[in-house]
Amino acid sequence: MKKQGIFKRFIYSKKVAPYVFIAPFLITFALFFAYSIVSMIIMSFQKVSGPNTSFVGLENYKILTNAVFIKSLKNSAFYTVVTCALMIPIPMLMAALLNSKYMKGRAAFRSILFIPALTSVVVSGVVFRLMFGELEGSFMNRLIALFGAGPIVWLRKPVTVWITLFFLCLWRWTGVNMMYYLSGLQQIPEDLYESADIDGASTWQRFRYVTIPLLKPTTVYVLTISIFGGMAMFSESFMLFNGNKSPNNVGTTLVGMLYRMGFEQNNIGIASAIGVIFLAIVLLINVVQLFFNGTFRKER
Amino acid sequence: MNKAKSRTRTTLLMIFFIIVAVITLLPLALLACASLRPGVELMRNGLNFNIDWANANFDEYRLLFSGENAYFTWYKNSLVITVVQVALALFLSACVGYGFAMYDFKGKNFFFMLVLLVMMVPTEVILLPLYRLIVNMKLMNTMWGIILPYIVVPMLVFFFRQYLSGIPKDFLEAARVDGCSEYGIFVKIMLPLMKPSFAAMGIYQGMQSWNNFLWPMIVTNSIDKITLPVGLQSLITPYGNNYDILIAGSCFAIIPILILFICFQRYFIEGMTAGGVKG
Repeated sequence: MKKQGIFKRFIYSKKVAPYVFIAPFLITFALFFAYSIVSMIIMSFQKVSGPNTSFVGLENYKILTNAVFIKSLKNSAFYTVVTCALMIPIPMLMAALLNSKYMKGRAAFRSILFIPALTSVVVSGVVFRLMFGELEGSFMNRLIALFGAGPIVWLRKPVTVWITLFFLCLWRWTGVNMMYYLSGLQQIPEDLYESADIDGASTWQRFRYVTIPLLKPTTVYVLTISIFGGMAMFSESFMLFNGNKSPNNVGTTLVGMLYRMGFEQNNIGIASAIGVIFLAIVLLINVVQLFFNGTFRKER
Repeated sequence: MNKAKSRTRTTLLMIFFIIVAVITLLPLALLACASLRPGVELMRNGLNFNIDWANANFDEYRLLFSGENAYFTWYKNSLVITVVQVALALFLSACVGYGFAMYDFKGKNFFFMLVLLVMMVPTEVILLPLYRLIVNMKLMNTMWGIILPYIVVPMLVFFFRQYLSGIPKDFLEAARVDGCSEYGIFVKIMLPLMKPSFAAMGIYQGMQSWNNFLWPMIVTNSIDKITLPVGLQSLITPYGNNYDILIAGSCFAIIPILILFICFQRYFIEGMTAGGVKG
């Protein structure tokens, strides 16, 4: 009885309480995250077949110098760079236009542009897969027929595959990114624009010298989520090609390779090595970003 | 600026945004049109607006509701998983966020760095080891296999910590003087204070859970355990023989969310853009 009292007092003390509060995080972190990372790093140096494992040194990493993996890395990098180049200026400009004092019906347009974000990658993938279908009657083929172009098998050649992927990304996320920029715009004090007006700045100059610099925190955030979202892209490609397969690997991404090795070909060692490389890339991007922005320091 | 010029600007802006709005709604309109036609026709003629209104009907939906397919099993699975995950993630993340916001303790900064670390690393990185862990824990094809790894959401922890740091700590002291225990303070005083943020965060987490695809696809494979997105994906075949259910089912997956969105727009936008509102 007395023992229980001590235990209770221990748990209820002000010193111990915070650890109890953060315990759910510590437990899930240790069990799922830390354990996964460590076992992944170990497996990346192993050959795993069933219960038998043997260390093979850097063998798995050496195999990854093959052309297909390099291609998947390039695909992910390319997707990331282009989505960043699209998903920052376009939503920013649209937010600025929507925020203009000449604009009417702001709330309605804001809501409509947000709707695509409500759809899952599966539903949007199904629609885009069919819109960019190879049939003569598919929506996009009908559209280009208006300009006299013949029907295209969209999901076969790299250029048209990328066009489809970027359209899908633009369609789904423009509204959300625009929303980030709209809330960023709310934080720019009105008098800055007034003084710009007094200095005789044109609309473009106001945008260039007041809006863009003051939206920098928003841009940094959008850039961050776009980079990580881009590098982790997989489901979009999976949906468009109905599986982790694309002609000549045009749509195979880093995660696609991980999935192929780990889940389709049961090559645990190689898949783990891909995971480790992915982790290294993520951490590298973070270090670079912290170095440039110092966002870390500000948050404390 | 004169009146004529400002009117031109308004007109131009309106035209621009009307075009954008039409493009935005177009894919969903195409989907809605397709759901009124037989799947075979879609397979033959492709997805377009060339719709024969005289023959449009709700047969696809009738088929969907006929109960001769697993669609509503998937729907139910998704619904249950979403509700359980939202409830657990909100409560546990609120606990953790509260711990970080209201106490000073040894290792606090280090532990919070770990939260940021998990937040930064895309979940796809640990897909394989996590899958193997779930297999070893005998959680394959269960709801808990899908939910457990994501029961504490770093993003929510971060948000709640931020939210609570605005609440003065005097509150705590006063409650302690009154003899309230540390946990009593959290449950009786803090949780009610956090209520306004639960709506937005609940929607954030709800959308994540409802639309989640990759992880549920990996953890579940039996037809009565998969979630709605995974089930819909499984209907895509080169022969298009399941297109009736696929198209009507896709529509029916969006409709409830669309209705919720129209009713609770503010919370949706707040929740889904929560990451951007950092100091």
